[in-house]
Amino acid sequence: MSNYGFVPHGSEDLSEMLKTVGVGSVDDLYAAIPEKLRISKLDLPEGISEYEVLKRLSALSKRNDSGLVCFMGGGFYDHFIPAAADAIASRGEFTTCYTPYQPEVAQGTLQTMFEFQSGMCRLTGLEVSNASVYDGGSAVFEAAAMSYRVTGRKRFLVDSAINPIYRNMLESYAANMNFEFCEVPAKDGKADKEAIKAQLDNTVAAVILQNPSFFGCVDDYTDTAKAAHEAGALTVMICYPLSLAYLKTPGEMGIDIAVGDAQSLGLPLGFGGPYLGFMVTTTKLARKMPGRICGETHDKNGNRGFVLTLQAREQHIRREKATSNICSNQNLCAITATIYLALMGKEGLYEAAESSAKNAAYALQKLTSIPGVERTFQSPCFNEFAVTLPVCAGKVCEKLLAKGYAGGIPLGKSFEGMGNVLLVACTEKRTKEEIDGLAAALKEAIEEVRK
Amino acid sequence: MKLIYEESIPKRRGVIPPKSGIECETLVPSSCRRAEKAPLPEVSELDVVRHYTNLSRLNYSVDTNFYPLGSCTMKYNPKVNEQVARLEGFTTLHPYLSLVPGGPEKVQGALETIYETEKKLCEITGMKAVTLQPFAGANGEFTGVMLIAAYHKDRGDSKRRRMLIPDSAHGTNPASAMMAGFEITSIPSDGKGWVDLEALKAALSDDVAGLMLTAPNTVGLFDSNVGEISRLVHEAGGLMYYDGANLNAIMGHARPGDLGFDVVHLNMHKTFSTPHGGGGPGAGAVGVKEQLVPFLPTPRVTKKADGTFEVGVADSTKSMGHIAPFFGNFCVMLKAYAYMLQLGAEGIREAAGLAVLNANYLKAKLQDTYKFPFADQICMHECVCTSEWQLEKSHVNTLDIAKMLLDRGYHAPTVYFPLIVHEAIMIEPTETESKETLDAFVDAMKEIASITETDPEACHRAPERTPIGRMDEVAAAKNMILKA
Repeated sequence: MSNYGFVPHGSEDLSEMLKTVGVGSVDDLYAAIPEKLRISKLDLPEGISEYEVLKRLSALSKRNDSGLVCFMGGGFYDHFIPAAADAIASRGEFTTCYTPYQPEVAQGTLQTMFEFQSGMCRLTGLEVSNASVYDGGSAVFEAAAMSYRVTGRKRFLVDSAINPIYRNMLESYAANMNFEFCEVPAKDGKADKEAIKAQLDNTVAAVILQNPSFFGCVDDYTDTAKAAHEAGALTVMICYPLSLAYLKTPGEMGIDIAVGDAQSLGLPLGFGGPYLGFMVTTTKLARKMPGRICGETHDKNGNRGFVLTLQAREQHIRREKATSNICSNQNLCAITATIYLALMGKEGLYEAAESSAKNAAYALQKLTSIPGVERTFQSPCFNEFAVTLPVCAGKVCEKLLAKGYAGGIPLGKSFEGMGNVLLVACTEKRTKEEIDGLAAALKEAIEEVRK
Repeated sequence: MKLIYEESIPKRRGVIPPKSGIECETLVPSSCRRAEKAPLPEVSELDVVRHYTNLSRLNYSVDTNFYPLGSCTMKYNPKVNEQVARLEGFTTLHPYLSLVPGGPEKVQGALETIYETEKKLCEITGMKAVTLQPFAGANGEFTGVMLIAAYHKDRGDSKRRRMLIPDSAHGTNPASAMMAGFEITSIPSDGKGWVDLEALKAALSDDVAGLMLTAPNTVGLFDSNVGEISRLVHEAGGLMYYDGANLNAIMGHARPGDLGFDVVHLNMHKTFSTPHGGGGPGAGAVGVKEQLVPFLPTPRVTKKADGTFEVGVADSTKSMGHIAPFFGNFCVMLKAYAYMLQLGAEGIREAAGLAVLNANYLKAKLQDTYKFPFADQICMHECVCTSEWQLEKSHVNTLDIAKMLLDRGYHAPTVYFPLIVHEAIMIEPTETESKETLDAFVDAMKEIASITETDPEACHRAPERTPIGRMDEVAAAKNMILKA
């Protein structure tokens, strides 16, 4: 038996199998690789036991501060996650299977995908969801590429109040596609509807905006979507799924493609992932959408069942003519989100969204009562808001961390002239004591920085 | 089974979210609120647990069945990996902590894990640097070919618009290269399943950016000409891209860097035992040789002289920018790191060797029953046969055989891929399967072969013992019922 774990071969098995194959040793199986290109040993440490692995990783995990009270958002939020979400999604039957290419033995995955698509449609008010893409940023790129396929145009009007990392990803991904991204400066923390309207013409593929904006501000973009349609363009909206239990939906506004990250639906912050990119669109545009889609059908006996469908869009069939290169997606995260949506339900998700917004309203009131701290934008917000401090927000952020608060995201690095601005988010998990504590810590931190 | 929406009873509640007791009005004006509450399920917690537990039981999985799906490396996914990825010290970390002043001090353990994972992957692949940002294999491919594009562009070599891709490649290769702005030139395979050297030579010119090669290739063979291929491509000014889908065959025995490759992507969910999750999340590390390091995505984790770790943000004018917002599927990487720690140098090498032995054992046992187009070559971690003998004799095809396997408790091998083998059946057992499991699978394959002769109709009817029968996929595409 091997010393290294996970391989069951005993020495008798080994010799019998080698004999069957007709070679003298395992190394003989590598004869096709020229001898001089082979190595005899990797320069890595010897293996360790399962117990030692856990001990080492536990020690590493403790060198992180998991006790910070989290007021950071920026698209990724510290929402409550019910125990049953991960408990069920982590079952081996969900985790250790492959993409459901054999539907007869994958109805568990497939029906859950179908329920995920249903949930995303109900949240966004749109008609067709795929079964996930990687993350919010790659979803924005996919939406841009999809808009190009639909309109044949390569110019995009991009609101400057979208997540700046997504903006960077959009440009990184599209670097060799000859797309033109025209930034439309935001107005009072959110997309400037008048400026967008003025710039729309028959060369624009899509308007790309975010609601709530990166700064947390909300608006109704019905008119923008209408104006885009009149110019033959699409509207892509980056959404925050949990907020859609409360906010006007992309569907109600006439948006063509809703995208974003569904981390807020039951996934831990996990230092950046795995998260859950999503895309939802209209029936009309469904065939232009990338990624796997699950559809309802029946078996030969007439029983309802589910299969991957519209696969003629995908790389394993279409190769270089596919709508995208995506193959692996974030399926297990979509399963977690589906279970989360069912656990929270109609009332629960609404309550979580409403509480998050109420807590933010209280936090805004508390923080702006500190002398010198002002609300940066007057636009209405949901659960996140920007405040302008009398001193450098980066320095304050550092002081807050030392006091046990991940107090927000300083915006100076990403936005010119916003060196004193701190972006603060609340979820339903934040308590009055925590918010009061942040306010007190912020007051102290500002004084410390001033010294 | 019913849909969760069909189990819904008005006013029934599941989990009650926490309440702060704060009764401030929200700041959202009514014009920005949705007209009606989202029609989500109204079910109890037990309803939910039972519904999804029962759904999960309709799946075949590695934990429940032998799953010899070629090209997918369905090895056992150690449970300690899952435990590691759920440690509170990792799951609670907000990713923006890596980017704000004072933040990196709060996440030193996570940064060290990233740094150490990259280092191990550098050694395994023979590369100079690795990024963990790509979310999956195809995303890694895209990152890799974008790096090649950036490299040529930086040298002012703007002519290189073509990417060479063998016809045996996964569909993601041409799709990724296309997204990176390349034109695709397909290189045929020769009679041995290798790259046709003459065709390669004819395709090489000063407009070639590189060659994307899977090694071993998708018919499970190691192309012994790899050294010569690499020499030819480099001589023409192109770079060599290694598709790591099949690294499980050779890890610890050979390194892509030593074979002449300049950029490599790895599928952590194949080779490094992180679970496939029914289609994801994966993770697709990308490794590069020295000349491509400046173009790597931002942010990068670096080690300071005092042994602490910091995060470098895009200051380089050459970086390709963000592929992921932060560090990719970080918690997936934790699982891969745990796996590499546990196996160590010897274990990694041994896993590859036994994966190859298992595939050759299956091939040796089955080659009298099924036609193996490359029977004379030792295969690597997977073997490809076809149903041509059965098709000729009794009109039973690969799909029928796949469905017959489902009835016998086996997940089907990959079917109808690679495209260069007619009626392909691609079997990848992986190293974690025992001789008894392989023997039982061989028996099942032989039994099926004999039924194809005695009762071909039964083969067309299969599967009959699965939760549901053969599905009408045409109706699905036609009716487009995509939500409830």
